[in-house]
Amino acid sequence: MNPRSYFQRFFLRNGRTLGTFILVAVAFWIFIMILMPQIFMVDFSFRHALPPAKVGGAEDVYTLEHYQYAVYGSAKAEGEYNTVDLKVFGRTLLAAIFVTLFDLALCYPIAYYLAQVASGGWGRLMVLSLIVPFWVNEILRAFAFRIMFGTTGVINSALMATGVLDEPYDFIREDWALYAGLGYAFILLMIFPLYNAIESLDKNQIEAARDMGASWLRIHFRVVVPFAKPGISSGCTMVFMLTAGALAAPQILGGPSSLWFTQIVFQWFNQGNNWNRGSAYALILLASTIVMVLIAMRIFKVKLGETIR
Amino acid sequence: MSADVQLDGVWIKFGDFVAARDVNIQIKEGEFFSFLGPSGCGKTTLLRAVSGFLEPSDGTVRIGGDDMAGIGPNKRPTALIFQNLALFPLMTVWENIAFALEVRGVRRAERRKKAEELLELIALPGQGDKMCHELSGGQRQRVAIARALCAEPDVLLLDEPLSALDLKLRQHMRTELRAIQQRVGITFIYITHDQGEALTMSDHVAVMREGIIEQVADGSTLYDRPETAFVASFVGENNLFRGRVAEVTGEQAVVDTNVGPIRARMATHEGEAQLKPHEEAFVFVRPESLKFVNGGEFDNAIQAQIHQQEFEGNLWQVFLDVANSDKRIKMSLVNDGRSLGHETGSDVTIGFKAELAVALPQGPLAAE
Ligand SMILES: Nc1ncnc2c1ncn2[C@@H]1O[C@H](COP(=O)(O)OP(=O)(O)O)[C@@H](O)[C@H]1O
Ligand SMILES: [Mg+2]
Repeated sequence: MNPRSYFQRFFLRNGRTLGTFILVAVAFWIFIMILMPQIFMVDFSFRHALPPAKVGGAEDVYTLEHYQYAVYGSAKAEGEYNTVDLKVFGRTLLAAIFVTLFDLALCYPIAYYLAQVASGGWGRLMVLSLIVPFWVNEILRAFAFRIMFGTTGVINSALMATGVLDEPYDFIREDWALYAGLGYAFILLMIFPLYNAIESLDKNQIEAARDMGASWLRIHFRVVVPFAKPGISSGCTMVFMLTAGALAAPQILGGPSSLWFTQIVFQWFNQGNNWNRGSAYALILLASTIVMVLIAMRIFKVKLGETIR
Repeated sequence: MSADVQLDGVWIKFGDFVAARDVNIQIKEGEFFSFLGPSGCGKTTLLRAVSGFLEPSDGTVRIGGDDMAGIGPNKRPTALIFQNLALFPLMTVWENIAFALEVRGVRRAERRKKAEELLELIALPGQGDKMCHELSGGQRQRVAIARALCAEPDVLLLDEPLSALDLKLRQHMRTELRAIQQRVGITFIYITHDQGEALTMSDHVAVMREGIIEQVADGSTLYDRPETAFVASFVGENNLFRGRVAEVTGEQAVVDTNVGPIRARMATHEGEAQLKPHEEAFVFVRPESLKFVNGGEFDNAIQAQIHQQEFEGNLWQVFLDVANSDKRIKMSLVNDGRSLGHETGSDVTIGFKAELAVALPQGPLAAE
């Protein structure tokens, strides 16, 4: 359809007033809410950090300084890498991958149960009990985890009472609390795409496979998982992106010696008062996660369109 | 290999709801057996009990003489063809067909070969690399059959497999199914609400109503010798007269009805006559058993006026209003090239022989 007749039909269907409103609202959303902030960030990241008086002056030129810094550290040490930040960067991405895989492994059975096994009221109750905890503020939830995983928290008390541990284990220093908190933070974004995908699978297909002698493992790998692939990729993408970009959980649950990459970004913006470098760091994270998602999609033969289905 | 199937005193309950009530059926090996009944009478439920997706609340299911209690659907020698086919949409046609072999760990080349053989059998040679959605409804139907046959079951279970097809294809597939069954020689258990399908394909048909087996017989027996009012009203068309038995003589009874006394053959069940004098009864007469009385010999005669005549090519359908009653009856006459000889609105006498009318105890009737 050519664009002209598309717009004519659009206005015919929605009327002039509503049609104009929709167009303006969508344009506002796309430009002001999505594109502009990102464009500012991109622009920021390629400029020197200057005191306000010099902004727009002769020194305010484009530079790769901040990206260079991320990789090589301060220019003084020639030929050396910025190992501190790069390590955090690598660790963040790796941990985000593991959190994503862990969430997938945890949520797939739950989503399958809700979508294909649980019936009616019981299933709805379970969905509700999954959602309700997320009515609580993200920061409160993180602090609750901190209390739970603390040296005097329920988990240590229980492990000590049952004799598994002799003395409290520092879950926070060892980052267990962080991974648990991150894993829990975006769990709904894994469950619901999986649930939607599995729910639309015809029960008869599962029964047909079973009737032909397939084991449960084969039924899942041959029938359910291929069918749910768009949901799996959509859930994994969201959890991965959000975990890599999470801030609250690492701030509250992270051990004293470990940093999440977003915390470095935050430091540049906040303590460092260097928004330009912060922008560059944020964009590095964004670009790398997008590239990783695209690579994963290529490997697993998922199309972008399917993911948003 | 083929196996017989035996249902002994099978009850299936969902809470208080009884979906199958004391079902006793013997299905011989290698036969084409159908369950026929209106939608919701429990056919699918019974089939699921045979395939193992459901355990009967009571009674036993035997396949090849073995009690199937506690044996899951993946371990039974049955293959089920689902009402909606349930082909795997993300596999090619040949992968669908060979799925049962994949499950058994058969090598790919061998699976492919077997799939091609089955594609040959269902007249779709060389179509193995297509996806299922690229096939027509009838072709998908046949792929589902091939997929089930590939498991080499002793018993093939078919749940209204033709209901999604259009009329022409449905009639073609009846012949096809019957031919496939004769070629592979295994037991087919077929479920349908379409009496045409059941009567044309089956060796034996069990007529079901609300979880009860009303009668098990071959097609012509069901049509000519129904044992219950439900079977008489469900299978084929029938004119129904209500009345009370006036007298019983040998195998015949005279029933006083609102169109006068009718002499009819008494239905028997296991050799026993089912009616006694003064009992309430139904008399059923098929439209094709009625004739115009032109001096011939008839046991029964009814005065009526022709209400309407419909020409159907091979048949004349004549609707008649019985004199002195509000009863309307239907008569079917073979078109022998001559005109009917009677005008619409004219008064006629119609007659029928006693052995072509059947008297039955009153009971539930099939919904119109
Ligand atoms: N799992 C179930 N729980 C409760 N009732 C059921 C269940 N399965 C079937 N029924 C009921 O059993 C009856 C027979 O169903 P079904 O065997 O599907 O009929 P048919 O195949 O003859 O159309 C229906 O009234 C249906 O509502
Ligand atoms: Mg059914």
